[in-house]
Amino acid sequence: MYVIIVGGGKVGYYLTRELLGQDFEVALLEKDKRRLAYLQTELGEVVLPGDGCEVRYMEDAGFGRADVVVAVTGDDEDNLVICQMAKKLYNVKRVLARVNDPANEQFFQKLGIRTTVNSTRIIYNLIEQTIESDAVVPLAALQQGEYEIVEISVSEKSPVVGHTLMQVNLPPEALIVAVLRGGEARIPTGAINLENGDTLIALVRSEAEEALATVFA
Amino acid sequence: MKVVILGCGRAGSILAQLLARDSHDVTIIDYNADAFRRIADSKVHQVVGTGIDVAVLRRAGIEQADVFIAVTNGDNTNIMSTQIATREFNVPKSLARIYDPSRAQAYREIGVNTICTSMLAAGLLRDFVLDKPWGSVLDYIDPPVATQGDAQMDGEA
Repeated sequence: MYVIIVGGGKVGYYLTRELLGQDFEVALLEKDKRRLAYLQTELGEVVLPGDGCEVRYMEDAGFGRADVVVAVTGDDEDNLVICQMAKKLYNVKRVLARVNDPANEQFFQKLGIRTTVNSTRIIYNLIEQTIESDAVVPLAALQQGEYEIVEISVSEKSPVVGHTLMQVNLPPEALIVAVLRGGEARIPTGAINLENGDTLIALVRSEAEEALATVFA
Repeated sequence: MKVVILGCGRAGSILAQLLARDSHDVTIIDYNADAFRRIADSKVHQVVGTGIDVAVLRRAGIEQADVFIAVTNGDNTNIMSTQIATREFNVPKSLARIYDPSRAQAYREIGVNTICTSMLAAGLLRDFVLDKPWGSVLDYIDPPVATQGDAQMDGEA
């Protein structure tokens, strides 16, 4: 498996190091000469000079036989172009872009770059999780945040305690996918009785999250 | 006509003023407010910000724009903003100025209008050296803009 990483900042550096440790074939492209010298000292000959959106450097790095191209520069426009060029000129099957501005994620999707990683959003979600005082805590976002996996804590005050799941009037775009009780996870049926202390895992359309929260509060 | 120009360098500032002189509604965007010193014409609207930020583009009136021109000195900024203008805001006409010929060609082939001014300048200079009369833009950049029906860079294309 040949992985090309473009952008030798902190993300690119650590990613290259991890992949080398797992015996992947890796190339790391860096255009800044001073940064390049440092990276070559640290990581050796897998580090190549050059701009990952320029064809001659793409040729040298062997984009044509790359299984994966990962664009992790600090600039969204560069990451977009690297991935688009890799797909268009070299038919690279898997491209992955780092997106810095959360608002750009949807454009990357629209422009054919389906796999994006957005550290801003990940950190934002983590902060939201820690400050959220409601009973509903987001765990993961799907489809660019259109859907969420959330955790719901059932407290003794919750109106659902003592009712079966079937009796609970869930919003139409929410589904309880697991009930965590006593260290065990159960895939629920409608007949399961909800108890104080239960933790429910739900898949919910983001717009329906508030409605879901009010059912359990 | 409403025109939004991204990049207030030499090309962008001159273009803005030429169009404003012909009474077109022109807004120019640059992330560096200093760049607007090149604009003497008070009819040219100025917006400070980066052109790959939708909020900035909206502030520049991209939703009502008839034309979007990207002439920053960053090829990738021009490519990305032009794609946002066409795909997100449905601006009917757009063009990205690109320095790198291979990038200009690759994007032309997927339906993004580009003009490679390096090719244009080099061709003009070559003809000057060879004592050939200057031709049309088409002689230097082939084709100058994407043609309709070109493949889009969608999905797994």
